Amino acid sequence: MTGFLTLLTKEILRFWKVAFQTIAAPVLTALLYLLIFAHVMAESNAAFRGVAYDQFLIPGLAMMSMLQNAFANTSSSLIQSKITGNIIFILLPPLTHWDYYFAYVIAATARALAVGLGVFLVGVLVAHVPVAHPWAILAFALLGSGLLAALGLIAGLWAEKFDQLAAFQNFIVMPLTFLAGVFYSIQSLPPVWQAVSRCNPFFYLIDGFRYGFFGQSDVAISLSLSVTVLSFLCLSAVTLYLIKSGYKLRH
Amino acid sequence: MTAAIEALGVEKRYGSLAALDGVSLEVREGEFFALLGPNGAGKTTLISALAGLTRADHGTLKVMGHDVVTDYRAARRALGIVPQEIVFDPFFSVVETLRFQAGYFGLPRTRALDAWIDELLANLALTDKADANMRQLSGGMKRRVLVAQALVHKPPVIVLDEPTAGVDVELRQTLWQFVRRLNAEGRTILLTTHYLEEAQQLCTRIAMLKQGRVVALDTTQHLLTAFSERVLRVEVAATLPAPVAREARKSEGHWHTFALHDTTEVESRLRWLREAGVTPSAIEVSEPDLEDVFVKLMHR
Repeated sequence: MTGFLTLLTKEILRFWKVAFQTIAAPVLTALLYLLIFAHVMAESNAAFRGVAYDQFLIPGLAMMSMLQNAFANTSSSLIQSKITGNIIFILLPPLTHWDYYFAYVIAATARALAVGLGVFLVGVLVAHVPVAHPWAILAFALLGSGLLAALGLIAGLWAEKFDQLAAFQNFIVMPLTFLAGVFYSIQSLPPVWQAVSRCNPFFYLIDGFRYGFFGQSDVAISLSLSVTVLSFLCLSAVTLYLIKSGYKLRH
Repeated sequence: MTAAIEALGVEKRYGSLAALDGVSLEVREGEFFALLGPNGAGKTTLISALAGLTRADHGTLKVMGHDVVTDYRAARRALGIVPQEIVFDPFFSVVETLRFQAGYFGLPRTRALDAWIDELLANLALTDKADANMRQLSGGMKRRVLVAQALVHKPPVIVLDEPTAGVDVELRQTLWQFVRRLNAEGRTILLTTHYLEEAQQLCTRIAMLKQGRVVALDTTQHLLTAFSERVLRVEVAATLPAPVAREARKSEGHWHTFALHDTTEVESRLRWLREAGVTPSAIEVSEPDLEDVFVKLMHR
């Protein structure tokens, strides 16, 4: 247990020591999105019925920031250790694949929750956001962060160079988050794009998270929760298998 | 007695290259053992396989009786490795680095651990750098921190992979003094180095690797006796008389080499030369050395 707790502490300190960059910066970015989009889209019908656009946008932005930062935390930590070579410090000790998995995922989730909370707090300064189902907010925040943390681990293991990781982030994570309904309800889209959106697992994360605030969603909460839990379990299983097999770590 | 390190038929291939081609050797508990060989002989691959950084294709490796694959946790607890490359985590100070490393090995922060860290820092002349960030240290200091990191969990088996490459004389001496003490306290040391005089001075047994195979495995003394000799070298400007020239082991320019069975033979050899009308302008006596052994074995 000491080995796991040490790795967890190290991973938390790693982002906490540069909190300005890892927590404050994404909160500021989300605030800018909020101010600009809320102004430009104020008259649009992209939000839920009976919900003002700025209110609607806040949970979406919070979830998007959480997802991106959870991914960034695990993937950047791994790739930096691999490239600088100091990954050897955690490969030599008697740590198990469970130790690595939980330490990295919990630390990334902690950063994601800090960012999410930050976005929510600056959001409520701009608009009132109700809280309908706190359990759903917490469940989707944890599952979403954990899911992206696991994906970040996979990307960090796979990538051998920073540009490969950047490609993963820019061509997979970014489009999936942006097209997941952060800025609009998919009900406002033409039927074809609604169908496409339903193939995006990130959509269910944002929709379920938003349900926690407004008590309404594009799809049934049970469906969002099922897709999210299933995706999280699948990605976690893949991640654990890769770490255990020593994929790109132990040659 | 359990072997500290046991390798049995270890093979590792990278494509068509056999980095390890059936390596078998045993390092006994408490030994100061050298693993020598030219670059690419397989030394670092063997160490990596021992540490679990590389997985052998065939064969078994054990540390203190624990298989490095099936019982990897116990094997890794028993092993402290000083890697060849200088690596560090720029986020932390020296003392934080050591506390984290101890933690990864399952040691919680206690007074005893802090005392051991202080002792390591003192022995490696790092006390005044304890709170410095790793980025601020010189290369030699970073290497010393790597040594401390390998020792922080008090492993019974310590592997030093070229620990003195590019390190100044003073640090080398500090390091060897400390490592000798650890060995005297019962820890097993496995050393790889290109400085053969270090291996000769420190190690009681030696394995030499060439192209992934063990080409020699014996005590340092036996290897020296078998493959090297004590010689008298003399510089003579004039041509040697035929009987003297026949006796010379080798002649290069004005320098001629004669074998000596022991040091007391120097006097009689010189007298013999004088009686043959040869007057050396300079003389040198060389003890058997590992470089000779190394060169002979590698060119065999």
